[in-house]
Amino acid sequence: MTPVDALGIAADIRARRVTARDVTARALERIRARDTSLNCFTAVLTESALRDAESVDAVLAAGGTPGPLAGVPFAVKNLFDVAGLTTLAGSKINAGHPPATRDATVVSRLRGAGAVLLGALNMDEYAFGFTTENSHHGPTRNPHDPARVAGGSSGGSGAAVAAGLVPLALGSDTNGSIRVPAALCGVFGLKPTYGRLSRAGAALFGISFDHVGPLATSVRDLAASYDVMQGPDATDPVCADRPREACLPRLDEGIGDLRVAVADGHFASRGEPEVFAAVEQVAKALGAERRVTIPENDRARAAATIITASEGASLHMDDLRSRPLDFDPMTRDRFLAGALVPAALYVRAQRFRAWYRERVREIFREADVLLAPTTPFPAPRIGQDTITVAGEQVPTRPMLGLYTQPLSFIGLPVISVPVAGAHPLPLGVQVVAAPWNEAALFRTAAVLERAGVAAAHIAG
Amino acid sequence: MSVTPEPSPRPTLQASPSLQSSDVVRYVDETAPLIGLRIPPECREGVARNLAGLLAAGVLLGDFPVGNIETAPVFEP
Repeated sequence: MTPVDALGIAADIRARRVTARDVTARALERIRARDTSLNCFTAVLTESALRDAESVDAVLAAGGTPGPLAGVPFAVKNLFDVAGLTTLAGSKINAGHPPATRDATVVSRLRGAGAVLLGALNMDEYAFGFTTENSHHGPTRNPHDPARVAGGSSGGSGAAVAAGLVPLALGSDTNGSIRVPAALCGVFGLKPTYGRLSRAGAALFGISFDHVGPLATSVRDLAASYDVMQGPDATDPVCADRPREACLPRLDEGIGDLRVAVADGHFASRGEPEVFAAVEQVAKALGAERRVTIPENDRARAAATIITASEGASLHMDDLRSRPLDFDPMTRDRFLAGALVPAALYVRAQRFRAWYRERVREIFREADVLLAPTTPFPAPRIGQDTITVAGEQVPTRPMLGLYTQPLSFIGLPVISVPVAGAHPLPLGVQVVAAPWNEAALFRTAAVLERAGVAAAHIAG
Repeated sequence: MSVTPEPSPRPTLQASPSLQSSDVVRYVDETAPLIGLRIPPECREGVARNLAGLLAAGVLLGDFPVGNIETAPVFEP
C-alpha cells in the first residue's frame, strides 16, 4: 500500500475528509504540470472529470453510496472506447473516426464503481510494440529516467501511474503490453486469464491473445479494480460466462497452501543478472525452492508472433490496402508483412498453441504459482535499436517480450510485481498461475508487498 | 518435479533453413498485388525483412510434432 493508492483516496472521500472534486482538481493539476515532459496523455477530460467528481460528492452529500472506488482518478489506454472521444488506438488513421458513443465495458464498470476518468493514454500504434515510441503522438517517457522508454504498448498507463498522475490505469496485453510497462515503470500490472475481463469497446489487435487489465500502485488497488471489472458480458464473445470471484477479500489469506516454483530454462537465461537476482529475491521471500521447466518457449514465441502478425494485419487490412503510409513507421512494415503470412502457418501456430497449453497444464498439476522475470533488462533508452544482453547483441524491442509472450500465448493470468529496491531502474517479476486462479496471484503478490519485497516506485 | 523434457535443442530463428532474402522479396512483389496490397517502395525492404522473420518462425514450427491436435474454432450456429 502506498500513500497515493486508490482505496486510500476513496476512503478519504467517503469519510468526507476531502472532496472528490478536490482530488480530481489536484490530479488534473499534476497532469498539467508534468505531462508536457512525460507525454502519457493523448486526451485530458478536464470538464467531464470535474463533473463526475462533483456527482460523487453529491451522492455522498445525499447520504448515498458512490461505490468502492468513489472519486478515484483513473485513465485508460487510448484503445478503450470513451463516450464522446475518438478511440485513437495510438494511430493517426483512427483520428478521422467519429467519437465513441459509449464507454468500453470495463471503463463503464470502473465509472459505475465511482472512479473518475481523467483521460486517455498514449500507446504503441494499434498495440503493436513494447516501447510506446509512437511516431504520431511522440514517445512516452519513463518517469524514472525520461531518456528511457516507459515500455509498451500500454506505456502511457505505466508511466502515468508511476509518475503519480493517477493511482489507477487500464491497459491491454496481447504479448506483454501490460506487464512490460508495469515492470519498466515500477508498478503492479495484472493480465488476467484470457476471457476473464470483457474486451467489448476495446480496439483489438491479436484476437487470440488480447486481454485487458489494470495497472496500479498497490496490490489492493489492483484487486479492487479487477473485482469491479469482472463478470460476464454478452457483447464480448470471448468474455467467459463465469461469476465474479472477488480477490480483494482474499489478500490476507497467505500462501500456506500454495506450491510456488521458479521457472527455469528459458526464463532463467538471456537476461541481465539483476533480473534473475530479482526473481531469486522474490522466490526467497516466498520460500520457493522448486524449479520447473516449461518446454519449447522459443517455439511458443514464434507461434505467438505469427498469430499476432496475421490477426493484426487482418484487422487493419482495409487501411493497409488504401493508406499504408498513414501507419506509424514503427508498425507499418510489420503489419504489411503479417498480411502476407500463408494461412497454413497461422493454423500450424494455433495447433502448436494447443500442444503448448497441454504441457503447461501438466506443470500446474504440481505447482500453483510460478515465478519468472518480466523483462530481460530494465528500461532501454528511447530510440535504442539494439542492446547487449548477457554478452549478446540483440534487437531491443522484441526482446522485451522474451518472458511475457509465452505466457499470454496460452492466456495464463499473471501479475507483474515491482521489486522493491531495484536501482536505479525498476524491474518486475511475473507471478503466474493456472487459468482462472487469479486469487492465487493476488494472495502471493500481497505476501510480497507485506514483506516489503514488492513495492511500487513512484517518481515524485 | 516431473516435467516434459524439451524434445529438441533450443531452436533459433537464425538457425532456420535457407530462406533466401531474394526469394522473400520476390514473394512480396508477386503476392501482395494479388490481395490488393500496394507495398510502397520505401517499405519493400522492411516488409521483406519482417516477412522473412515470420516465415522463419513458421519453419521453426514446421518440423515440430504436435500430434493429432484439433484446433477448430468453436462455432455455435
